[in-house]
Amino acid sequence: MRKIGLEDLRNIAVGASVLGAGGGGDPYIGRLMASQAIEEYGPVTLLDPLEVPDDALIIPSAMMGSPTVLVEKIPNGKEIIGAFRALEKHLGKKAYATMAAEEGGINSMVPLMVAATLGIPIVDCDGMGRAFPEIQMVTMTIGGISATPMSIADEKGNILLLETIDNLWTEKFSRSITVDMGGSAMIALYPMSGAQLKKWTVHGSVSQAEKIGLAIRSARKQKRNPIEAVLKEVRGFILFKGKIVDVYRRVVKGFARGRTIIDGFDEFEGKRLTIEFQNENLVAIDEVRGVIASVPDLICILEMETGEPITTEGLKYGYRVYVLGLPCPELWRTPEGLKLVGPKYFGYNVEYKPIEKIYGGELEK
Amino acid sequence: MSIHRLGIDVGGTNTDAVLLENEGVIAKVKTPTTPDVTTGIINALEKVLAESPIPPEDIEYVMLGTTHCTNAIIERKNLCKVVVVRIGAPASLAVKPMTDWPPDLKNVIGNYVYVVEGGYEFDGREISKLNESAIKKIAKEVKGKVESAAITSIFSPVRPEHEYRAREIFKEILGEDFPISLSCEIGSIGLIERENATILNAALVKVAKRAIEAFIQAIRSRGIKGRLYIGQNDGTLMSVERALSYPIFMVASGPANSVRGAAYLSGLSDGVVVDVGGTTTDIGFLSKGFPREAATSVEIGGVRTNFRMPDLISIGLGGGSIVRFVDKDVFVGPESVGYRLASEALVFGGKTLTATDVAVRLGMAKIGFVEPSTISLEDAIKASKKIVEMVENAIDKIKLSPDPVPVIVVGGGSILLPEKLAGASKVIKPKHFEVANAIGAAIAQVSGEVDRVFSLEVKSREEVMDEVKKAAKENTVKVGANPETVEIVEVEEIPLAYLPGNAVRVRCKAVGSLKA
Repeated sequence: MRKIGLEDLRNIAVGASVLGAGGGGDPYIGRLMASQAIEEYGPVTLLDPLEVPDDALIIPSAMMGSPTVLVEKIPNGKEIIGAFRALEKHLGKKAYATMAAEEGGINSMVPLMVAATLGIPIVDCDGMGRAFPEIQMVTMTIGGISATPMSIADEKGNILLLETIDNLWTEKFSRSITVDMGGSAMIALYPMSGAQLKKWTVHGSVSQAEKIGLAIRSARKQKRNPIEAVLKEVRGFILFKGKIVDVYRRVVKGFARGRTIIDGFDEFEGKRLTIEFQNENLVAIDEVRGVIASVPDLICILEMETGEPITTEGLKYGYRVYVLGLPCPELWRTPEGLKLVGPKYFGYNVEYKPIEKIYGGELEK
Repeated sequence: MSIHRLGIDVGGTNTDAVLLENEGVIAKVKTPTTPDVTTGIINALEKVLAESPIPPEDIEYVMLGTTHCTNAIIERKNLCKVVVVRIGAPASLAVKPMTDWPPDLKNVIGNYVYVVEGGYEFDGREISKLNESAIKKIAKEVKGKVESAAITSIFSPVRPEHEYRAREIFKEILGEDFPISLSCEIGSIGLIERENATILNAALVKVAKRAIEAFIQAIRSRGIKGRLYIGQNDGTLMSVERALSYPIFMVASGPANSVRGAAYLSGLSDGVVVDVGGTTTDIGFLSKGFPREAATSVEIGGVRTNFRMPDLISIGLGGGSIVRFVDKDVFVGPESVGYRLASEALVFGGKTLTATDVAVRLGMAKIGFVEPSTISLEDAIKASKKIVEMVENAIDKIKLSPDPVPVIVVGGGSILLPEKLAGASKVIKPKHFEVANAIGAAIAQVSGEVDRVFSLEVKSREEVMDEVKKAAKENTVKVGANPETVEIVEVEEIPLAYLPGNAVRVRCKAVGSLKA
């Protein structure tokens, strides 16, 4: 157990932006909201998953929708508290703690804002170990935990409760509701017990984000290469280095879909990499070699010199970037995990290969 | 045929002017910046014309890079009182307008901040109906108290109608000529950054108008008929009309100019550029002939915006920096005698010990007419060490690896620096170093933009992109660029889901060199 203050919040925000793998939204807005809450209500208690009693009720909290919408239509601030309270009321029980559904971008910040405002702890775990675009894409689904009852709220004051037959239906209905709510909404879902949390979540994700953020921020201060500092923390690989020459984006059914093309330089001179995204970066395609990295591994775009993670909505023509490939949590590499978030689910007819098999050979040993 | 360009750059301490004939400098002057800025510009103009071997009517192009706007923001002076209206409630209340602003700047602009109902969803539906009566009430409330308005509506880059309507209401109540800045004309998606830039723009309209009108009057009355351009933040030039409506783009044109000027004078395309002025030293990074741009959000006077600007470190050190000894410690800057150097420095018979006096005492330069003997040699060495240390630290900060790089030293204050610096593979002080900014302004490129909506059902995305890029290039040629030099530097696409026919809004920017 320890406390999270304003400075820790900055590190978590930067690290969660890397773990967002392009998605999860710009944590700037989320950080402002969480800072405001911590300034008003005091630091937040971070619990290790093992510190949570088996019979405790944990309710994850998150923002749902398109990051492109969120940087423009900023929340009102009351949505998430309304959603959380509504779910507690429906369950007839107060939550012992909240947690992140995804430790990527703004969704690393939303539960901190909830925890500070309601005076409850946040657990050091999440349902992804990164960011993913859909509700059912959490490790809890592998464990058979239901996303519902779930509540969803907008800035106008609407709060809806959902009960669905499975998590895919939860995704479908809540996605249409999110689009009706203007492309972004606040949600409380996957209510679970402490025992379930211990077995079916990715442990240590908040600390992991904090470590990465701290590595980048101190490397910058000490004039060290921030890319190397990140790679030290996460066992990752440099996939590409180059300049962004095209960005193509659409909002389709509530998702920011598109692709970006990067022309290589230095050791990648003459090569071209295409990254396709649906909120998060999904696949990296080399002109000659084809798919060189794919979900569920993380494909992260970082500004070449500062190591600043660039989200898909922040991609701009002319940026000079590194593309990193990071291994995902092991739960995702099980057959059930790959069925949920493997390349085939996103419509790519390729077999998933763990990134270290392509680049490092670590797993083959 | 030869081409003549006049470049003028206004810094905190000096106003420089150069006259170029094709690629060569044929006249250059350095004059003190005056409190009103404009008098200094006129002085520089008169002096350079007096030195010029050609008549004024032979000058084809005039480029002005001025710090009027930057100074106004940094010094919190001459800014308009602004009424800030955000249209978008009940959304967005979690982060109110100007939340992250420095309190002193917020106070100068006036704390007339309102959030009203209205705004759009991403697909063009209304978040809520525009609260017209609230806007009328605000206009009546602020009448006589504010000089300018900044209006930002949620998703206005997709659908600007609520901003247009709010402008109409404001004009009905505050008058047809009341300056109103709309966010949809200034920035793109990203509410906070666009709103911040719009508020700063609104705060600057008065100072920009005064400066530009005085300048036009000055050049025309001296027989210069050439085309006039104003330097903007990305280092390119814009037309006078654009500068009057969007003074925010004039901010930070100086640093881009000094980096480009340094590249031009040294013939180098990579290295660190140290521009020592009278009050501050700007340290930038030259990469492949262009200033390295800051990657993400840029702060102007402590305010977050999403402008593209040179990545720059600014320290409070210059020729006019005041040197103080407290016990055993020496302090240089950030206070500066600024443009009063020629009367207050010891070497000019004044009473203030400045960095320039230190340099003269150590024989690094010959300036003024009084020997600065009141400072001991020991103290002068101590102060000089401090100055070098300040610059070396800043060079180290902007470099991203510890390897030594070439350092190009420019600006009038560069006499303060020795021939060797830690972290530098070599130190270069090119010829005409003291007027590098003005040269940078004179050789800057012009830019042209396109901002249009297309339907992707009629044309393919490739066709649309080709068409937009072509149009941006044509616009760049229209403002005077040589077609062979034009290239695309920025493309941005915003999907407009609310329009039938798969519509997108595309913004594109091209740059090119002026026709020779």
